[in-house]
Amino acid sequence: MDFRPFERQGGYERLRDGLRAYRLISAMWVRSTMAYRASFAMTAFGNFAATALDFAAILLMFSRVDRLGGYSLPEVALLYGVSGVAFGFADLALGSMDRLGRRVRDGTLDTLLVRPVPVLAQVAADRFALRRLGRITQGLLVLGYALAVLDIHWTPLKVLMMPMMLLSGAGIFSAVFVAGGAFQFVAQDASEVQNSFTYGGNTLLQYPPTIFAKDMLRGVTFVLPLAFVNWLPALYVLGRPYPLDLPVWVAFAPPLVAALCCALAGIAWRAGLRAYRSTGS
Amino acid sequence: MGTARLYAAVAGSGFRRYATYRIATAAGVFTNTVFGLILAYLFMALWDSKPHLGGYDQAQALTYVWVSQGLLMVVAMMGGGFEDELIERIRTGDIAIDLYRPADLQMWWLAQDMGRALFHLLGRGVVPLLFGALVFDLALPSDPLTWLAFLVAVALGVVVGFAIRFLVALSAFWLLDGAGVAQLTSIAGIFCSGMLLPLNVFPGALGEVVRALPWSSLIQAPVDVLLGTADPMGTYAVQAAWAVGLLAVGRLVQSVATRRVVVQGG
Repeated sequence: MDFRPFERQGGYERLRDGLRAYRLISAMWVRSTMAYRASFAMTAFGNFAATALDFAAILLMFSRVDRLGGYSLPEVALLYGVSGVAFGFADLALGSMDRLGRRVRDGTLDTLLVRPVPVLAQVAADRFALRRLGRITQGLLVLGYALAVLDIHWTPLKVLMMPMMLLSGAGIFSAVFVAGGAFQFVAQDASEVQNSFTYGGNTLLQYPPTIFAKDMLRGVTFVLPLAFVNWLPALYVLGRPYPLDLPVWVAFAPPLVAALCCALAGIAWRAGLRAYRSTGS
Repeated sequence: MGTARLYAAVAGSGFRRYATYRIATAAGVFTNTVFGLILAYLFMALWDSKPHLGGYDQAQALTYVWVSQGLLMVVAMMGGGFEDELIERIRTGDIAIDLYRPADLQMWWLAQDMGRALFHLLGRGVVPLLFGALVFDLALPSDPLTWLAFLVAVALGVVVGFAIRFLVALSAFWLLDGAGVAQLTSIAGIFCSGMLLPLNVFPGALGEVVRALPWSSLIQAPVDVLLGTADPMGTYAVQAAWAVGLLAVGRLVQSVATRRVVVQGG
């Protein structure tokens, strides 16, 4: 380990140390979970089943209607699968961020501040929960079903867009997790606000954009750009227009949007950390 | 102190305890409103393509969304509340202290949970419903008696919800870690209470099964009383039967479990 104080390290070194710390801490939590394998299997299955219920509800709806907002079941499954997997990756990597408020309240954040390791890496890796693979598995299954059933005219560009959507989507959701963590430095007791943007955003993206009001669509396109996770790129793959009259090229913007979101979330995080005053308890 | 006054005091402490979390309550109201909005648009799309789905018109379906968002925390659909605390007390052995108290374990926690439910009804139930009523056309009754009938069904729903979670918590006497059971029951609760989708939209035999399970008492039953789509007396009878039955099972399990504690020596 490099014991120079953080402030004198360059950005690259900080990132490298952060990732290394993240890997070590999360590996420790994985080892500790694996000490109780039966319990791990049960909670991973529970995670899978809990997320599968959302899709079960969609199947129940389609047992009563043929189309939802003009979309067929496989089309909805594609939207659901992309959002579910992208969110699942962000949730696996950063899902523990919503505990930050509790750490601020009970003062245990202070112990993280004195360690020569980036705080973000410590908070994010804290209680790293491998059981969250259940959500990713469920999303991949639904995505697989959608791709098997849908009659898409594949082009090389459309094929490349599939991994691009999942990675950029995970990046956008990760930015929301980190920004939510930064918000909790200020409002310590408000982790549910973060949940409405993370879990709520994921729920929103599971349905076709055609069912929502135009103002809501503008909000999740231009303010909190969740529409770039799946709606804009996936509608291009499906060959459907986005309800707001946007140019076609926005379907290729997710990597840029994700990078921008992560940069902004990073700035918000540093501002939150700098504004932090210990409760002293 | 009389028994009734004791439990009233316990309920009061349950209420005050949750009332101290003001920012968390505001954040929760925000979350319920966001999810309410998403569901409201989803239900409008559903009822647009199939009017009178499940016997509701669109205004009734939208009312369902906002009332159920208001009730989620009241009936503690996702678990939480006393359940986690009781599991923790069983795990650490603090439960032995509770058993020495001159109050019945089950009644004590029930009173506490009723206080919590009342706080969540006022703290997290009213605002999302008001928001929904302002933004959408809802089918809210104007007759105060219907609202009163609704509140009775909510109270019975809270007791049924408590009885289920009490049994879940007692499982910790055998399993030590109640997290798995709590998770599986909350999954069953989310699906079978009508939180994701009204139970009368579920097709065929599946619909009949979920409506016959105790979780239908938590959300579906009170909302139907409010919408006037169910007879209050018949609904109460079903809810009360589940409440009494599950509380009795809880009492039986409690006596078996506490005998175990004595055998282990605490």
